[in-house]
Amino acid sequence: MSSDFFFYLFAVFTLAAAGAVVGLKNTVASAFALLLCLVGVSALFVLLDAFLLAALLVFVYAGAVVALFLFIIMLLDAQGGDRKPFKKTAYVSGGIAFALLLVGVLSFWKSGAQTTGELGAIVPVGATLKNYGEQLFTTYLLPVQIVGFLLLIAMLGVIVLSKKFEGLEDIK
Amino acid sequence: MFDFYFNLPLIVRLIVQAGAVILVLFPIAAACSMAERKISAWIQGRPGPNRTLAPLAGFLAPLGLVGRIPFIGPFLQQMGIFQLAADGGKFTFKEDPVPGHVNKFYFVLAPIIAMIPALTTVVVVPLGAYFAVVDGVSVLKPIVLADVDIGLLAVFAISSLGVYSVILAGWASNSKYAFLGGVRASAQLISYELSMTLSVLPVFLWINAPGGHGTLSLFDAVQLQSGTGFHWDSLWFIFYFPVSAFIFLVALFAETNRAPFDMPESESELVAGFHTEYGAFKWSLFFLAEYSHMIIGSAVAILLFFGGWNPLPWIPLTTLAQWIHVADKPLLMGLVGIAIFMGKVFFSIFFFMWVRWTLPRFRYDQVMHLGWKKLLPLSIANLIFYTLGIALLQK
Repeated sequence: MSSDFFFYLFAVFTLAAAGAVVGLKNTVASAFALLLCLVGVSALFVLLDAFLLAALLVFVYAGAVVALFLFIIMLLDAQGGDRKPFKKTAYVSGGIAFALLLVGVLSFWKSGAQTTGELGAIVPVGATLKNYGEQLFTTYLLPVQIVGFLLLIAMLGVIVLSKKFEGLEDIK
Repeated sequence: MFDFYFNLPLIVRLIVQAGAVILVLFPIAAACSMAERKISAWIQGRPGPNRTLAPLAGFLAPLGLVGRIPFIGPFLQQMGIFQLAADGGKFTFKEDPVPGHVNKFYFVLAPIIAMIPALTTVVVVPLGAYFAVVDGVSVLKPIVLADVDIGLLAVFAISSLGVYSVILAGWASNSKYAFLGGVRASAQLISYELSMTLSVLPVFLWINAPGGHGTLSLFDAVQLQSGTGFHWDSLWFIFYFPVSAFIFLVALFAETNRAPFDMPESESELVAGFHTEYGAFKWSLFFLAEYSHMIIGSAVAILLFFGGWNPLPWIPLTTLAQWIHVADKPLLMGLVGIAIFMGKVFFSIFFFMWVRWTLPRFRYDQVMHLGWKKLLPLSIANLIFYTLGIALLQK
């Protein structure tokens, strides 16, 4: 009963914030709306008892990534005041994407593929911290390693791209 | 006696509990500002606030001795106790101007946002412990608003949101000094968050030994420091993880914007940094948030490294409670635990102020150099060392 109320509250909150990210003219305000949207999503995770996921979402995305967004927006002074209005194609493609999403959700709902009985039978892998850690280091070790390697490559790439090479003329 | 309370619906009880904790935390944060004035004065060899009369006593003073509190009044006046009320009154009632060049909505929003993470983190911080009888067996339970598995992660997650109030204040003020303060704050807080998180990993590697139930709970961290008897594996964690504790404390200073890391508001360069354009009540909200952050940060450091509510190494709260015969009285034992814990927190806040009025401020490039080139490699080396050590030890 009360969790239903909170679900609707945070669902509306998240969607409104997500709409504001796209709709707001000011870039900084958009970034703050993104922050609210992430907090709303993590509240939805809390309602699903996925506390770890909720905390990680706030920690990584709301705590660090959006702060970096804001940092860069402020450094570049991209106020975004004179952003061009959306083109017609943007409206059309957005509408089509939304319709497809709606059809997808409706088809799931109609077919009734996910009944509560089957959902209950699925083992909640990430429910407890210990379980989550064990799965991460046994079943899903390879994906974790690959993602870690990708991040390492990205980090090295950033260092190479952003480093000012002294005496580059000599090399040329 | 408390039956009527436990008959209330759960949500009402939770709101009452949360309100009670905030009602205690808020005045302590306010009292810290007064303590800071007195301690800074003491360190600099001057009296500090020592003239303020009790509230409204000034009106009665001309009538003779009526306005004075007998005997202890002059002493309290010397201590500057009433300065707190005077400051509070000033911040509440003075004119609260909003400069014409600011972005008004975000300008007003920033101090409000400052309070939210500062007061939310206290939810998962245990303050004491008591014996509760569950199914006929008496077990130690934490005094905490929400006893969750991911306690430490939740503290880190919520307190990492504290940076937004500073960024928002700096940006909405629409002035270059405030703006520079906001940009500095975001860079500094992100830099030191890394070292802070890495510094506590060895502690939780140790807590989550194979066969344990896997937890990031702060209560379990204290439980492992509550051993009795002079045995080496029941000491406080400061003795096992001195480097971790050092990195955590340095990062905590940087995360709470305290000197020598108060780059976002360094007066000699930026007027007052991110709160240059703020005054009156909004300004005081920023400072309440800063002191709340200090209190919560100190509390976490004490829970992780300094034995939480245990009075001394090898003498846990449970032993003390048996000595003074309160182990079977949950209320008294809880109060004793909270008193010991808060005593440690107060000392830690004194330490914060001691450092602030002793060390000069870093230059900005020194802050970045320390964070990225000294503290981060040190914390990674510390993590690798303890990972190998714990792996060898538990083999």
